[in-house]
Amino acid sequence: MRKRSQRKLLVVGVLIGVIIATALGLKAFNQNLLYFYSPSQVKAGEAPAHHSFRVGGMVVKGSVKRDTKDLGVRFVVTDNAATVKIKYTGILPDLFREGQGIVAMGRINPDGTFVAEQVLAKHDEKYMPPEVAAALKAGKKLKAEQRKNGTI
Amino acid sequence: MWHWIQRFSSPKHFYVISAKLIPWFAVPTALLMIVGLYQGLFVAPPDYQQGESYRIMFVHVPAAWMSLFIYVVMAVSAGIGLIWQIKLADMVAVASAPIGASFTFLALVTGSLWGKPMWGTYWVWDARLTSELILLFLYFGYMALQSAIEDQRTADKASGLLAIVGVVNIPIIHYSVVWWNTLHQGATVTKFAKPSIDIHMLIPLLLMALAFQLFYFAVILVRTRNEVLYRERNRRWVRELIEQL
Repeated sequence: MRKRSQRKLLVVGVLIGVIIATALGLKAFNQNLLYFYSPSQVKAGEAPAHHSFRVGGMVVKGSVKRDTKDLGVRFVVTDNAATVKIKYTGILPDLFREGQGIVAMGRINPDGTFVAEQVLAKHDEKYMPPEVAAALKAGKKLKAEQRKNGTI
Repeated sequence: MWHWIQRFSSPKHFYVISAKLIPWFAVPTALLMIVGLYQGLFVAPPDYQQGESYRIMFVHVPAAWMSLFIYVVMAVSAGIGLIWQIKLADMVAVASAPIGASFTFLALVTGSLWGKPMWGTYWVWDARLTSELILLFLYFGYMALQSAIEDQRTADKASGLLAIVGVVNIPIIHYSVVWWNTLHQGATVTKFAKPSIDIHMLIPLLLMALAFQLFYFAVILVRTRNEVLYRERNRRWVRELIEQL
């Protein structure tokens, strides 16, 4: 019986030790574990100024401007608090569209424009059929109109 | 109670009982898999953003859930084997590892194939993907350690401890999308909130999850029986069993 409780103590002790070590390790490396910075963090100067990093946010509606000559594209991302202007030349992923989340990898220019070498689309956790999405959009629009007309 | 546990966990007793249990898991697995795949691939509506490509989640999500579940089962059985020295528990842990590794691999590959068209890349080193890859290496490490040590009892002890230590990775995988910014999206189906998925997509997903779960139970029984036969190969009851063939 004594041996069994010794073993129990050993296993629990090892587990607690590893949990504490991992928690401390993760806390120390917290910044490096962030896959991307938000526009607010970039504005606040938390992002590295001299080497490349990733910025992620929602593509602002109506902000996408494509070059007529080549694959160049300019757009603005936001986290609803701050915005970052992004310039990119290349093919965009399928899910890239206005109002959708993206993650861009590159560096920031002195003039504040983020020059991206790679743009990835970030999908959200919502899944629904197109009809439902359309209905939701129509419902939202109706509500906005009602609010404007003061009927709600 | 203690006496009952010891009796039930005797390898011989398990060998007899498990033979009767297997069909009760195998048959529902096959049925649920057929219905779930049909519902998922043909009946469920396309997604408003991803179109038809999202259908890979009917394999990807249950595989990822199973990769975590099996690791916990493996670590808990290894712990029981280590503390109470129940031989059957060690055998369950050993038999679980390759199944868990397969599900982890399946989750990584299906996710990667989906990532190329949707994200624009096969792989990124974000917290979710990296921690899931570490899980695969933990399974590999467990299997390697188990087969590297000749003496069975030492092998069970060493690899069991590795399995227990690796448990810290499980909450990291689960909460990685909450704790850090990741490219991988957050959880769709959670315990406390209403799932942010249409009901017609949720049903096939849950059917597939149940199918994978039952699949694991069926396969773990078969694999543990194998392990029992191998480890008890010099015992009288196994020899008698072989003579009867």
